[in-house]
Amino acid sequence: MLRKLSLTAILLGATAVGAQAQDLRIALQSDADVLDPDQSRTFVGRIVYTALCDKLVDITPELDLIPQLATDWSWNDDQTELTMQLREGVTFHDGEPFNAEAVAYNINRSQTLEESRRKSEVASITGTEVTGEYEIKISLAQPDATLLAQFADRAGMMISPAAAEEAGADFGLNPVCSGPFAFDNRVAQDRIVLTKFDDYWNADEINFDSVTYLPIPDNTVRFANLQSGDVDIIDRLAATDLEQAESASDIEVASAVSLGYQGMTINVGNGDRADSPIGENPAVRQALSLAIDRNALNQVVFNGAFAPGNQSFPPNSPWYDQDHPIPERDVEAAKALLAEAGFEDGVTVEVQAPNSPVPQQVMQVVQAMAAEAGITIEITSKEFATMLQDQSAGDYMASQVGWSGRVDPDGNIHQFMTTGGGINDSGYSNPEVDELLNNARTTTDTAERKQYYDQARDILVEDLPIIYLYHQTWIWGLRDAVSGFTPYPDGMIRLEGVSLED
Amino acid sequence: MLAFIGRRLLVAIPTILLISVFVFLLQQLLPGDPILAMAGEERDPATIEFLREKYGLNDPLPVQYFKWIGGVIQGDLGISLRTNQPVSELLLQKLPVTIQLAVMALIFAVVIGVPAGILSAVKKGTVVDYAANVVALSGLSIPNFWLGIMLILLVSVKWGLLPASGYTPPGEDLVRSITTMLMPAFVLGTALAATLMRHTRSAMLGVLKSDYVRTARAKGLYERRVILRHAFRNALVPIVTLTALLFGELVAGAVLTEQIFTIPGFGKLVVDAVFNRDYAVVQGIVLCTAVGFIVMNLLADAAYFALNPRLRKS
Amino acid sequence: MAHVSDPATADSVLDAKPENRVWKKFRSHRSAMLGVFLVAFFVIIAVAAPILPIQDPTATSWSAVRAAPSAAHPFGTDEIGRDVLSRLIWGAQASLMAGVVSVAIALCFGVPLGIAAGYFGGWTDTVISRCTEALLAAPFLILAIALAAFLGPSLGNAMIAIGLSATPIFIRLTRGQVIAVAAEDYVESAHAIGLPTRKILTRYIFPNVLPPVLVQATLTVATAIIAEASLSFLGLGQQPPAPSWGSMLNTAKNFLNQAPWMALWPGIAIFLVVLGFNLLGDGLRDALDPRET
Repeated sequence: MLRKLSLTAILLGATAVGAQAQDLRIALQSDADVLDPDQSRTFVGRIVYTALCDKLVDITPELDLIPQLATDWSWNDDQTELTMQLREGVTFHDGEPFNAEAVAYNINRSQTLEESRRKSEVASITGTEVTGEYEIKISLAQPDATLLAQFADRAGMMISPAAAEEAGADFGLNPVCSGPFAFDNRVAQDRIVLTKFDDYWNADEINFDSVTYLPIPDNTVRFANLQSGDVDIIDRLAATDLEQAESASDIEVASAVSLGYQGMTINVGNGDRADSPIGENPAVRQALSLAIDRNALNQVVFNGAFAPGNQSFPPNSPWYDQDHPIPERDVEAAKALLAEAGFEDGVTVEVQAPNSPVPQQVMQVVQAMAAEAGITIEITSKEFATMLQDQSAGDYMASQVGWSGRVDPDGNIHQFMTTGGGINDSGYSNPEVDELLNNARTTTDTAERKQYYDQARDILVEDLPIIYLYHQTWIWGLRDAVSGFTPYPDGMIRLEGVSLED
Repeated sequence: MLAFIGRRLLVAIPTILLISVFVFLLQQLLPGDPILAMAGEERDPATIEFLREKYGLNDPLPVQYFKWIGGVIQGDLGISLRTNQPVSELLLQKLPVTIQLAVMALIFAVVIGVPAGILSAVKKGTVVDYAANVVALSGLSIPNFWLGIMLILLVSVKWGLLPASGYTPPGEDLVRSITTMLMPAFVLGTALAATLMRHTRSAMLGVLKSDYVRTARAKGLYERRVILRHAFRNALVPIVTLTALLFGELVAGAVLTEQIFTIPGFGKLVVDAVFNRDYAVVQGIVLCTAVGFIVMNLLADAAYFALNPRLRKS
Repeated sequence: MAHVSDPATADSVLDAKPENRVWKKFRSHRSAMLGVFLVAFFVIIAVAAPILPIQDPTATSWSAVRAAPSAAHPFGTDEIGRDVLSRLIWGAQASLMAGVVSVAIALCFGVPLGIAAGYFGGWTDTVISRCTEALLAAPFLILAIALAAFLGPSLGNAMIAIGLSATPIFIRLTRGQVIAVAAEDYVESAHAIGLPTRKILTRYIFPNVLPPVLVQATLTVATAIIAEASLSFLGLGQQPPAPSWGSMLNTAKNFLNQAPWMALWPGIAIFLVVLGFNLLGDGLRDALDPRET
């Protein structure tokens, strides 16, 4: 009798669990691009990968690197060989085993797939050697302090070699990884549906049967979906909606200062358009920087929810150089700088800005502030594709752009500030900075790296090829039924431990 | 009549070709490099060159065009630069969505616009006329996005009556599919209703003064019968033209409405494709809408003949 | 009202020359006069903006961002602390221009082409109609972005873009109307008695084409004013910080929860102007209608 009862209880419990298992609905700010870790480039794509594709390593909210598919790793003495121990018993969504061969295949694919956008991220790798079923040795040309952080992002995402081999460049239509959720279906601009992968190595931490990502670009509409209970989590709640969200009884808010930055890139050496007062003259750039009240900007446009900034790293980052705090606004000093540089009557700067509301608002505030120091800003709104091309072609004077940020500091500065760097649209070139940033990249000692970055900063705050303005704060809106959500500064939505209590 | 339709269909082919060349050239004039956007932070020249080659963007323009049109003839519309999905698959996914929105919106527009137009013409100069006009004009001058967001805030957030946005296929859940589409269809429908109402009113006013209506009245027919049987029937000609023209407004309006309510239809597809410079997708959509326009115009012209006895004779 | 039922007035109307008759009928049209008043009001405001005692429409105040209406700012302030009232008044210029000029462009191209297509038929019709379809099928966005890239960003070029995209509807509408009128008995008799084409067009066709075209034109003014807003965000319309009603509304939509006044005033202004133009159009339509006595 007792046995029968407990059996019923178990059965009941099982059904109850079955009934509890739900779909988690997450509204994202935009639609992801192709779902192939080697080919994709969007920020929201990375959010989807968090549930779909496991990486070799992961990060903590404090940005420490922790094991995911690699359980342990070690460097040789001269930092040119990385040996990784891999998690055993992991399978891909198609049932293929995960092992050292798979890692070797993935690294090779990132380097050699012609469509790959990961090439520069894994450029330092010269070869891999499978030294055991679950052990791999990765050789480097020179020490690379950024490599592990790259393995915590798309370059470290492991896809099924069998599936990749079969699909080739079309892998993204039906991605097969080893994350907690497997790809189910996708309707472009409407939804991406993932279903729980039962054989996931960490399945106990996963509390949903499926997760649906819905791209809802309009901030008001995205928030409305949360308020009406149509979705459970929203990405990037607008700062101006924060007050309302916090006062709502059934909505919780979580936030983290991002790793990225927003600022104005000045064309100082990218083609003919660099021949402008602001492009040729660091004093003019300094004057513009001094004319801006970054705190007021943050208050006016973001209700104070973001973090004012003046460097590639946010002030709360360990990499932030405390010797160069955020400058106080000083209109007189700005005017004096302009006068000294021979522009007593003021200068005109043409700034291109993306045609979406927030950047427009930011630029209009900057415009009003700069005007008081005698700097006339002409705003040209451009849609993103045009802006990107003009920027890379050097067809601009100044450009309002941002960067979503990377875990390793190198990702926020090296390719923007070194001569010929991948995204050095400013055309900035300074051999001293090049050397410092290259050193920082090949040094693995954190304190030493910090010194290099600080020394580079000493030069960059004078030269100002990018005038940094603020650092976005990721703000997530959650239904109060959602618990266990941890905000990460990389803006990802990690689903381990998250549950829904309805 | 049949000969007329046959002739028009023959002319349709060069028209569609003309449209495709026109849009193809127009796209080339757009600033912005799709490959640069696709490459993201990877600015390795070799990769960029490879991608350019892969998507055929290095070919001379005529070659690009003929490759594309050659594919179209074989039913291959190319693949999306952004998601690598075949364009034909995307179009098939989106077409039913926009048709559902358009049909529901048209129902709203006709149900509101035509009776309001008749009423205000018949009661011309009275309070009813003014009221109908003011309501119609508000429908027109209230921007879609404003009305849409207000409805979402009120109906979904405050009252919790309808889903806030998105789309559910009818095959998955018919009721939810219709309820999700109610607000967007209403928003799109009101603007059209205003146009329809104004034109119905104008056409009815013209007809009401004509000799045959006077004759009908003189014969002592009931006013209701005069209005509906005689006047409205004749006012239909311009109204039908307009409904065909409204197809254009529907498509344009759907672009905005789909943006607000995040409906994955044609409108949203074309906007995103233009912004991403997803050439193959834009071409595919234009081809599809062009066929739609031609069919609608053909129907409108056929309706002229059907509704206008004098034209039928000649 | 438009129906002039008083026999005495009716006689004087009939006696007058056609131009005078039209004007008299228009004058007696009460709602049309209201339309004239509304449009005139906004035109005067727009023209007089520089001399009105209002604040600088671009002056910002960080201490009054999205402030509710008050004595200092009777219509409230916007997202970066600018006075909504003065932006509304200055914005009238851009918005009225965007509405009227682009419709004028569309009329100039659309009506003659539509008449030609409808009246002459045959190849003329085929060519014009097919080109119209091509223009209709090209997404407005592509046209607008391409034009922005070509002509450079300015309000004037925005008007060209809007005008061009509104042209097809006038071609189609005119053509349809011409085909219908041309089949009427009196036009056929005019042909029969050998009246020259030019006379038939001006005397019979054009007056009959005008009413629906006028109605459409007044409706399109509204669409054009709102379209200017989306274009300013593509970098084609009014450039920031200069105001236009459309761009004010466009920004305001992000703050409907927190600052409803930002959307309210430009919304009301657009509504009144659209109402004004439509009443005006109605009056003109009635006054020009030869059948109406």
